[in-house]
Amino acid sequence: MGRHWGRTGRYALLLVAAVVVGFPIYITVVNSLLTPQQIAHRPPTLFPLHPQWGAFAQAFTDAHLGLYLRNSAVVTVSITVAELVTSVLAAYAFTFVQFPFRRVLFFVCLATLMVPMEATLIPNRQTIGDFGWYNTFPALIVPFMASGVGVFLLRQAFLQLPHDLHDAATLDGYGHLRFLMRVVVPLNRPIIGAFGVYAFLTAWNQYLWPLIVTDSDSVRTVQIGLRQLQSLSIDQINVIFAGTLLAALPIFILLLAFQKQLIRGLTAGAVKG
Amino acid sequence: MSDAGLAPGAAALGEVAAGAAGDAPNGRRRLGRTGREAAVGYLFVLPAMAIFAVFVFYPLVRTFWLGFFRVAPYPTIPSKFVGLSQYKSVLTSHDFWASLGRTVEFVILTVPIGILLGVGLATLADARIRGIRFFRTLYSSTVATSVAVASVIFFTLLNPTVGLFSYWLGIEGGNGILQSNTWALPAVATVTVWQNIGFTFILMSAALQAIPQDLLEAARIDGAGGRRRFWRVTLPLLSPTVFFAGVVGIIASFQAFGQIDLLTQGGPDNHTMVLIYYLYTSFQNNDFGTASVLATALFFILLAVTLVQFRFIERRVFYG
Repeated sequence: MGRHWGRTGRYALLLVAAVVVGFPIYITVVNSLLTPQQIAHRPPTLFPLHPQWGAFAQAFTDAHLGLYLRNSAVVTVSITVAELVTSVLAAYAFTFVQFPFRRVLFFVCLATLMVPMEATLIPNRQTIGDFGWYNTFPALIVPFMASGVGVFLLRQAFLQLPHDLHDAATLDGYGHLRFLMRVVVPLNRPIIGAFGVYAFLTAWNQYLWPLIVTDSDSVRTVQIGLRQLQSLSIDQINVIFAGTLLAALPIFILLLAFQKQLIRGLTAGAVKG
Repeated sequence: MSDAGLAPGAAALGEVAAGAAGDAPNGRRRLGRTGREAAVGYLFVLPAMAIFAVFVFYPLVRTFWLGFFRVAPYPTIPSKFVGLSQYKSVLTSHDFWASLGRTVEFVILTVPIGILLGVGLATLADARIRGIRFFRTLYSSTVATSVAVASVIFFTLLNPTVGLFSYWLGIEGGNGILQSNTWALPAVATVTVWQNIGFTFILMSAALQAIPQDLLEAARIDGAGGRRRFWRVTLPLLSPTVFFAGVVGIIASFQAFGQIDLLTQGGPDNHTMVLIYYLYTSFQNNDFGTASVLATALFFILLAVTLVQFRFIERRVFYG
């Protein structure tokens, strides 16, 4: 036995696990580069010797993927920015501003963590109808412009700031807005970034709500677009694979660019809790 | 501030009096400042509170309320107030308990296996060896897939006529796994486990790295082997994260909707009709009364799960 075998064994296990975890994505890439006939061919082709790129173009022309991606970008960016703004403001007030019922209102924010979106689905759908927002971007954005998780996480972070900092800033004549923008936000950039990535990912992946408040391609997001894509016929099976890849691509890029923030955002609850 | 005025000693009196005189206008200004301070506070929390009021608290109460109304089979007839009788009929119905049973089955099929795989992969990748970054990135990669992306990939690979997985399983040309009463739910669970593996891996890896190295070193000096160190040191220190992943996993499984909608739509023959999909189906059929009762049930079930989590955290704060 000994060290050498231990290391070889570990590599073997790592490799087996990599194949199992990575295979669905790998075969999606391969199939997106094959023709439908090649995909149906047996034994199956596991490596594209002559990659065909046409499926990606077809995903845009036949499956309207460009439109879906644009809609997703509009919705996701709006939600992320709005959640960041409302959460930073509320978390700041709950940490540095004195006002009556502060504690009560903070607990109200926390209470929202216990209300899953599914429990409020039916009246919210009616509210969207009453506002005349069915099939519009506000229906997809406005209900998610605040986040209990965001308020909670950012307040926890703001509480770590030394209290003298606020006193010193006040002595220097800083008002709340200036202290917030010049001191609190810059010092908490990592956690704000982590929450931003988390908010982006959550908004991008939404499925049930967009399905219920839209029925037109002009506002539908890419997750619902995948539902349309899936119903393409077998002789466009390569387009299904290509479109799925395109739908996942923005988040893959985000993962690579913001790996640290993503990990922090995803594990924040566990570390605190 | 006024406590300073009570400072003893006659010599200080003059100063105090002067101070008090000087304080008077200041005090009034301070009162104005408190008011302004409060206004800033309310202004800052207002946007979040307004959203919560309109889209969280009002609809939650209204969901409970809608459960009291039975919807008529024709849209032109108004719904009728029936008190608690609809709650009673839905919550004692076969359909409700069947869907709850499916949901529990789904939780059992996804949560323990997902955690086991997450801990296993994280332990495997927790070594400073060449190329480990590649494996870590690969294991985290399913975070980048959404439920819809994962579902469409597996749906296509499980296609009964041209799906690669169907071919490998030797069932090509047959009915397909997603049409099988026995295998549809396990298949949906497998897709869910795969899609979640990246998140669980990241979570467990972070927890592993947070374990103090000197504890493991001390165990090594005490003569504990690799396996023993894992069971006696690593795993106990990992248990809060495992618990967290368990609770989050249970909640997520109760909310699992996209994979059901894309893979089976509750079929075949209701074999994947979990609670949330039953709710959605009732909603789609305009049976808002039944849907509201189901939403209420879902709310209280998840509330109970969350409260268990809170109690646990409290205990950890006390004893940890």
